[in-house]
Amino acid sequence: MSQIHHVSLDQHQHQHQQQHQQAGQYNQICTRSSSGSCAEGPEPSCPAHRTRTPRRKWQVFPGRNRFYCGGRIMMARQTGVFYLTLVLILLTSGLFFTFDCPFLASNLTPAIPAVGGVLFVFVMGMLFRASFTDPGVLPRATPDEAADLERQIDSAGCSRPPPRTREVLINGQTVKLKYCFTCKIFRPPRASHCSLCDNCVERFDHHCPWVGNCVGRRNYRFFYLFILSLSFLTIFIFAFVITHVILRSNRTGFLSALKDSPASVLEVVVCFFSVWSIVGLSGFHTYLISSNQTTNEDIKGSWSTKRGKDNFNPYSYGNILTNCCAALCGPLPPSLIDRRGLIQSDTPQTVSQSNGTGGGSYASTQLHSHMCDQDQCIQSTKFVLQAAATPLLHADPVVLAPLPGKTVTMGGPCAYLAPSQPSLPSCGGDVLALRDAAADSHCHHHLHHHHHHHHHHFVSPEETPCGTPQGVLPCPAHLHLHPHLPVPSPAALYDPASQDALHEDSVRGLVKLSSV
Amino acid sequence: MRQSPKLRFCVQTHSLQDLQQPAVSSKVFIQRDYSSGTICKFQTKFPSELESRLDKQQFEETILALNNLYAEAEKLGGKSYLEGCLACLTAYTIFLCMETHYEKVLKKIARYIKDQNEKVYAPRGLLLTDPIERGLRVVEITIFEDRSIGSGR
Repeated sequence: MSQIHHVSLDQHQHQHQQQHQQAGQYNQICTRSSSGSCAEGPEPSCPAHRTRTPRRKWQVFPGRNRFYCGGRIMMARQTGVFYLTLVLILLTSGLFFTFDCPFLASNLTPAIPAVGGVLFVFVMGMLFRASFTDPGVLPRATPDEAADLERQIDSAGCSRPPPRTREVLINGQTVKLKYCFTCKIFRPPRASHCSLCDNCVERFDHHCPWVGNCVGRRNYRFFYLFILSLSFLTIFIFAFVITHVILRSNRTGFLSALKDSPASVLEVVVCFFSVWSIVGLSGFHTYLISSNQTTNEDIKGSWSTKRGKDNFNPYSYGNILTNCCAALCGPLPPSLIDRRGLIQSDTPQTVSQSNGTGGGSYASTQLHSHMCDQDQCIQSTKFVLQAAATPLLHADPVVLAPLPGKTVTMGGPCAYLAPSQPSLPSCGGDVLALRDAAADSHCHHHLHHHHHHHHHHFVSPEETPCGTPQGVLPCPAHLHLHPHLPVPSPAALYDPASQDALHEDSVRGLVKLSSV
Repeated sequence: MRQSPKLRFCVQTHSLQDLQQPAVSSKVFIQRDYSSGTICKFQTKFPSELESRLDKQQFEETILALNNLYAEAEKLGGKSYLEGCLACLTAYTIFLCMETHYEKVLKKIARYIKDQNEKVYAPRGLLLTDPIERGLRVVEITIFEDRSIGSGR
C-alpha cells in the first residue's frame, strides 16, 4: 500500500500542489499556478525548520546604515573618512603627549598636559557621540499609513499629477512640506531626506563624512561641541608645539631643536591646515546656532531676505542666547526608530489585508485544523463523489483543486481502504461519510458557493448532529477514526474488484486526500 | 463562536487573527499639526469615521491632553537647561544612570494612553496607538468591527 502511495504522490505532486505555511506538520510544496516544479524559492525546507529567534528592528532597518553592538551604534555606510578623522586626531594628540608634553611639563607647568588631556578626552567623547548616535531618523510609514495618505492625496486634487506638497503656516511664514517617496510620509518642517543614508532625518543639517553620519536633531549638539572642542584642541596643540620648538631653539638653535623633536614638525603641519578648516567650521556653526538655522537652510537660502522681503526664519526664538540654549541645552529627544526593539509580527491588519499576514500566531491550531477539516470535508466529498461516479460518467482520473490541509501519515488509511468503502481519512483521522452520489453534480460548485448550499450536499461538521435521517454519517467533529464504518449507497455504485483502473483512481485520489 | 463564519473563512482567508480577535475594520490617522513649528502637536480636527463611535469632545480632550504632554516634554526652561548643562559637563555619561526628561514624559504619555484605551476607547471598539510607535508622525486609531450589531464584513 505504501508503494502505491509513493507512486501516486510522485505522479500527482506536480499536479496538485499547494503551499501552506503553518508550523510543523505541513509539507511545503509549490502552488500549481506558479510553477510546475517543486518547492518554491524562499523556503524550500519544511517550515518546521523555520524556528524563529526573535529579530530586532535594526536587522530589518530599511535605510542604508550600519549597526554595531546589537543596534546600539548607528553609522552611515561609508565610514572610511571617519577612520581618517580618528587617525588624525589620535596621531597628532599621541605625538603631542609623547614628545612635547614631557618638555613642557618640566619646563613650564604640568597643567599643560592635564588640560590637553581633558580636551582630548572631550573631543573623542563628542566625536563618538556624534558618530554613533541616531541623528533623528524618521521611521518609514507603515503600509496602512501610506495607503491612507495616498488616498488623501488622490482624493484631494482632480489635477494630474496630484499635489505632493502641503503648505503650513508657521509663525506667520508659509512653509512647504514635501512628500517623501521613499519614506512615504510628508516630511515635517526642517526634515530632509539624506540620499547617502536613504533616511528622512529630522532637522537635517548635513551629512558629515568626517563624522561618518548624518547630523540632525539628535546629534547636532554633539557635532557642534566636537568641532568646537576640536578647534580648541587644535589651537592648543599648535600653540604649545610652537612654544616647545621656540623654547628648544632658544637653548640649542633652531635646526637642532627640530632634529631633537621631529614629531613637532608633523604636528605643526597637521594643526596648521586643520585650524583653518575646523575653526572656520566652528565659526560658521556658531552663526547657524545663534540664528537657529540648519546648514541645509542656509545653503538653500530658505530664510534669506533675498527671496522675499517678508521672508524670515519662523523657528528663531528672537534672541541669540535663547537660540543657543535651545540648540545646545534643550531636551534631547529619544530615538524614534527603536533599534533594539523586537519585531512584532502579529499586528492586527484590516480585513482586506489579512490574507498574507497570518503567519504570526499559531495559537489556535486546533481551530485551524478544524477549518482544514472543513475544507477537507468539502474536497473529500467532492473527490469521493467524483470517484464514485467515475465508472458511471467517465474514466478520467479525478483531479483535486488545491486544498489547504496537513499531511497525514499514510499507513493507516491505505491499509484500511477497501474499494467498497470509500470512507475517507481526513485530517485528524476522522471520517467523512458521503451523502448521496446523485448530489455529485452539485459538488462541482460547492467550492464556489459555500455559504448556502453546502448543507444540501454534504455534511458540515458542526451543523449536523450525530444521526441524520438519511443514513449519512456525520463529519469529523463527531467521529473518531474507525476503519470499518459501514458506508451506505456509494459502495453499491461500482465494483472495483473488477475495475483496476477505477481502483487505482480511487486509491490515488484517496491517497491524495489523506496527503493534504 | 458563530457557525457560519468558519465556512466563510474557508473560502476567503485562513487568517487566525480573524478568529482570535475582532477584525479591524479600518484605521484613522490623526496627522501632526505644524502650525506652531516643529514641536510635537496633533491636529484636533475630528475625523468623520469616528462620528458613530465617539463624541467630538472626548476625542478633542484626548488629543489636547497628548499635545500638552508633548509640549511638557519639549519645553525649554530652567529645568531642561540645567539638565543639558549638567549632561554636557559630564560628557553625557550621566544619561547612563539617569533617564532624560523627555523619556520620563514619554512614559507618562504611555500610561495616559493605556488609561484612555481602557476607560474610553476600548468600550467603544477603538484602540489608540501610542504615537511613539509610529515615529511621532500620527496618532493611529484602530476601529474594530462591531459584530454585535451584525454589520459583519
